[in-house]
Amino acid sequence: MGIRMKKLLIYLKDYKKECILGPLFKLLEAGFDLIVPLVMAMIIDRGIAAGNTPFIWQMGLVLLLLAVIGLTCSITAQYFAAKAAVGFAAKLRHGVFAHIETLSFREMDEIGASTLLTRLTSDINQVQAGTNMALRLFLRSPFIVLGAGILAFTIDVKMALVFVVVIPLLALVIFGIMLVTMPMYKKVQSFLDQLLGTTRQNLSGVRVIRAFNKEASQIARFGEENDRLTRMQLFVGKISALLNPVTYIMINGALVALIWTGAVRIHLGDLSQGQIIALINYMSQVLIELVKLANTIILTTKCVACGNRIQSLLEVEGSIKQESGEKPTGSRDFADRRGDGEGAEVEFQDVSLTYQEGGEPALEHICFTAARGQIIGVIGGTGAGKSSLVHLIPRFYDATEGSVKINGRDVKSLAVDELRQRIGIVMQRAVLFQGTIRENMRWGKGDATEEEILQALELAQASEFVFQKEEGLDYQIEQGGRNLSGGQRQRLTIARALVRRPEILILDDSASALDFATDARLRKALQNLPYRPTVFIVSQRTSSIQHADQILVLDDGELVGIGTHQELLKRCQVYQEIYGSQYKEEEE
Amino acid sequence: MTQGKELQDQYGQKQTLGKVLRYIRKYLVLVIFSLILAVVTVASTLYLPVLTGDAVDLMVGKGNVDFSGVWVLGRKMIIVLAVTGISQWLMNICNNHITYRVVQDIRRDVMERLQILPLKYLDSHPSGDIVSRVIADVDQFADGLLLGFTQAFTGAMMILGTLFFMLGINVWITLVVVLITPLSFFVASFIARRTYAMFQLQSRTRGEQTAFLEEMVENQRVVQAYGHEKEALEKFDEMNRRLEKYSLRATFFSSTTNPATRFVNNLVYAGVGLTGAFFALRGHLTVGMLSAFLNYANQYTKPFNEISGVVTELQNAIACAARVFALMETEPQIPDKEDAARLQNVQGNVELKRVAFSYVPDRKLITDFTLSVKPGQRVAIVGPTGCGKTTVINLLMRFYDVDQGVIAVDGRDIRDITRESLRGNIGMVLQETWLKEGTVRENITMGRPDASEEEMIAAAKASHAHSFIRRLPHGYDTVIKEDGDNLSQGQKQLLCIARVMLCQPPMLILDEATSSIDTRTERKIQEAFSELMRGRTSFIVAHRLSTIKNADIILVMKDGNIIEQGNHRQLLEQKGFYYTLYNSQFA
Repeated sequence: MGIRMKKLLIYLKDYKKECILGPLFKLLEAGFDLIVPLVMAMIIDRGIAAGNTPFIWQMGLVLLLLAVIGLTCSITAQYFAAKAAVGFAAKLRHGVFAHIETLSFREMDEIGASTLLTRLTSDINQVQAGTNMALRLFLRSPFIVLGAGILAFTIDVKMALVFVVVIPLLALVIFGIMLVTMPMYKKVQSFLDQLLGTTRQNLSGVRVIRAFNKEASQIARFGEENDRLTRMQLFVGKISALLNPVTYIMINGALVALIWTGAVRIHLGDLSQGQIIALINYMSQVLIELVKLANTIILTTKCVACGNRIQSLLEVEGSIKQESGEKPTGSRDFADRRGDGEGAEVEFQDVSLTYQEGGEPALEHICFTAARGQIIGVIGGTGAGKSSLVHLIPRFYDATEGSVKINGRDVKSLAVDELRQRIGIVMQRAVLFQGTIRENMRWGKGDATEEEILQALELAQASEFVFQKEEGLDYQIEQGGRNLSGGQRQRLTIARALVRRPEILILDDSASALDFATDARLRKALQNLPYRPTVFIVSQRTSSIQHADQILVLDDGELVGIGTHQELLKRCQVYQEIYGSQYKEEEE
Repeated sequence: MTQGKELQDQYGQKQTLGKVLRYIRKYLVLVIFSLILAVVTVASTLYLPVLTGDAVDLMVGKGNVDFSGVWVLGRKMIIVLAVTGISQWLMNICNNHITYRVVQDIRRDVMERLQILPLKYLDSHPSGDIVSRVIADVDQFADGLLLGFTQAFTGAMMILGTLFFMLGINVWITLVVVLITPLSFFVASFIARRTYAMFQLQSRTRGEQTAFLEEMVENQRVVQAYGHEKEALEKFDEMNRRLEKYSLRATFFSSTTNPATRFVNNLVYAGVGLTGAFFALRGHLTVGMLSAFLNYANQYTKPFNEISGVVTELQNAIACAARVFALMETEPQIPDKEDAARLQNVQGNVELKRVAFSYVPDRKLITDFTLSVKPGQRVAIVGPTGCGKTTVINLLMRFYDVDQGVIAVDGRDIRDITRESLRGNIGMVLQETWLKEGTVRENITMGRPDASEEEMIAAAKASHAHSFIRRLPHGYDTVIKEDGDNLSQGQKQLLCIARVMLCQPPMLILDEATSSIDTRTERKIQEAFSELMRGRTSFIVAHRLSTIKNADIILVMKDGNIIEQGNHRQLLEQKGFYYTLYNSQFA
């Protein structure tokens, strides 16, 4: 059935005890259930037939006792099953989330956030429900079916043959239907995923949708996907709905067979009335349990489908790997110099980057060296590869060819977390997290003091608006920073990067939402930092990078110019164009 | 957030159930059909034990078997069980239809409601939580409803039918059954009541965790850049532990229902066995009848178990439904007035009269804002970041309504015209680019789906998007993924501009739109925009000096208020805040 949930089962390891005890108690309960028809047969054959009243009382007491023991066993079993299933799901959720955190940008580009979220939420919930059910019923039901068959043999071998024929036939039908419906349920789930994606999009784009009066078309699109989902559900439902009636007919057909052969056996004196009643009773127990088993299988199928999807996510390995053997900790090349503030040297040696195999390269043969403490401007048109270039430094992506070196060491030989700790990066999209401003600032440096935070806010031109807020640093930022303006968010993300006093500071077009005055003040502040990190400023504007020590001019992934503003104005045509357009504009 | 929670708590189970029933009413025909099938199924199911019992009575012992009688009964049994099987199958299909159609309707209604919820609500509620209501909660609800239909429905029928058949055989034994069975019901409903709260707690914690996950997973890049994985995991684990705790409680307590009711079952079985045996001793009951009775005892209690099992399932389903309905019944935005006019032949006269507005009542933002814009004028809004520039856009587009004062277009209060026609007359390019999942073509023609290929390409060319679009793998048919991850920020912006370019609206709102586009392209866009803005009233949240200088009116904003108003020269002469701003850029 394509169960490949090996990686998942590891998370069940801690619940071995529960996984054994749960089904065990279930089996005990089932065992007692199986005795009941025998007791009843005895009441009929030995009690009623012989007119033995005390015997009937005794047997009645036995029935009561069996009920009490059954209750105790099954409640115990439920507890263990619930504990194992819920614990398993919690551990799995932890495992999957931890795994997602190890994925690099490349994998995340590929998988997409909404898929990751489905795996983490509804898929795992399904796995939990399935596990709980499976632990309770997967052993119990076959056990009762088999037990009933075996007990039937002890009553009468010839009659038991009916069981021997019917049970495998039933199993065949049940599994046949399972096999047919399983891939369909997968489809249902993928349709549901699409619906989820549409809903999310609708929320994230609500302003644009309303501005373009597209509410109706959104509803229509959702309606279409919703309809497709429903139709698929109904289709699968039609097939699944066969299960119960078919099994019912088979079992009761067997009952008729029992009665026919029973008539012959009783006529010959090989069987008593009580015994045939016990056999009929077993047959109906088999039916009940098989129906339960079928439902269990449906749920388990869903669970396995979800499990497999989680498994394949767990199998995706982060492509950013630390090369083994070299421990960068304490190495002098990239020594701990928190505080003294000297930047690191960054060198690109013939670096090329291709995002997708066979795709167009985003960067081609980039060579340059940024000396310690230099300010490097990166400029170029849309899609020229500016972001790609700076993303290679903290190893968001690894270069396809060539090497990126920091203080002479290939970044691939450095531990990712160590490396990133020394880099402050401010991305294009200003992302803040739910929590106070202080908490957000401490993303940069976990143990940042009040003073360090204040200084960073000051440098990022953020302290004014922060302290206009009544709560100051304790101001609560909502999800996605919705209660701040774009510019405020950007300044906070810059402050967040500055808090850690990075050796390399990367500003990836991160002043775009700032008004010109704030932008100018910020630039000035960055030039006068109390320490000297190596700074990369990615920008569209020459004014932002004019004073850089070196300016890299990118065009279509190639480095077409390198030098200072003055030098580039003389030699680099692309730079001249960019500067020209801006210069003229400002003179208008 | 809190508002939603309160609403959800106030929600009684019964109320929720009533709302669900209202949805089901639409499928009344199917429900009736399903009911009839249930009666048939139950009757034929119950008839079978009688036939079996009769057959057993025909085979008393050695040499005392009525073969021809057994033969007839056997044939009858086969017919009966064929009828049962078929009607059961049809009933299942009916139930599937009812459930999935109802769920489809609910989802559609939620989606429709989402479109008219005020932005105030959407801006202040985590979207993960809302998504989880539309998808996960509705899904859970479907599972519960289906179970409810297939089992509760036939269950009730089964109980009545069995009672009827049992009374026909022996009143006293029936009495034993009737007296013991309700126990199971009480036990079950007791457990169900206790678990409802647990399920709600679980559901809420789950929502909280989903919201957190959404934030972290979507921004995983930042999480990694700051090496924040460990902290995120710790916070996640804390929620996870809570969820585990609540989940275990909810799961375990709800799962005690089954054993408890099965216990009552066994009591009934023992009771029937005993009393039946004594009646048989006295010759008031045949063994075959006793066997039928034992069978009924099972069948009579089974629905009780199932109903109670279903009730616990339903608890969960209703807790989910309550969350969905709470969302659905969130106060929508004030609807357009009934006599709201359609804005036509817009001149572009925009007036703001003594407007006051704030997001949170106790935090004043815009107070007493007045502005008059003549057709075709360009208004540049400048000022320090966070001074309320985007708020003006929220108000002009009527994403939010003003608290006091009036905004008027061509002399009409915008609250007196339809939102659709207002927004249709304003072209907007936001700072945060948003593209829908679909092809480039679909995105550009979003505002005018009927545009011809030539018009679309012309718009793309005018916004300098044509050349990069052509280079995409499938040109205009390239599919943009969710969140437009396969395009650069600048490219996305170009598409957003092309989208407006195609519409040619009489008024424009441009929110720092050109900030992420390189200067070369930006310049060209600027020219295209100038073209577009000619004769059109435009509001520009501006950073670029050229835009500002060319504006007819410059609004200098600070702390939510216009502190200065005038053109570039006038403002410089005032030597006020603008003067300082201007000099900080070029000094």
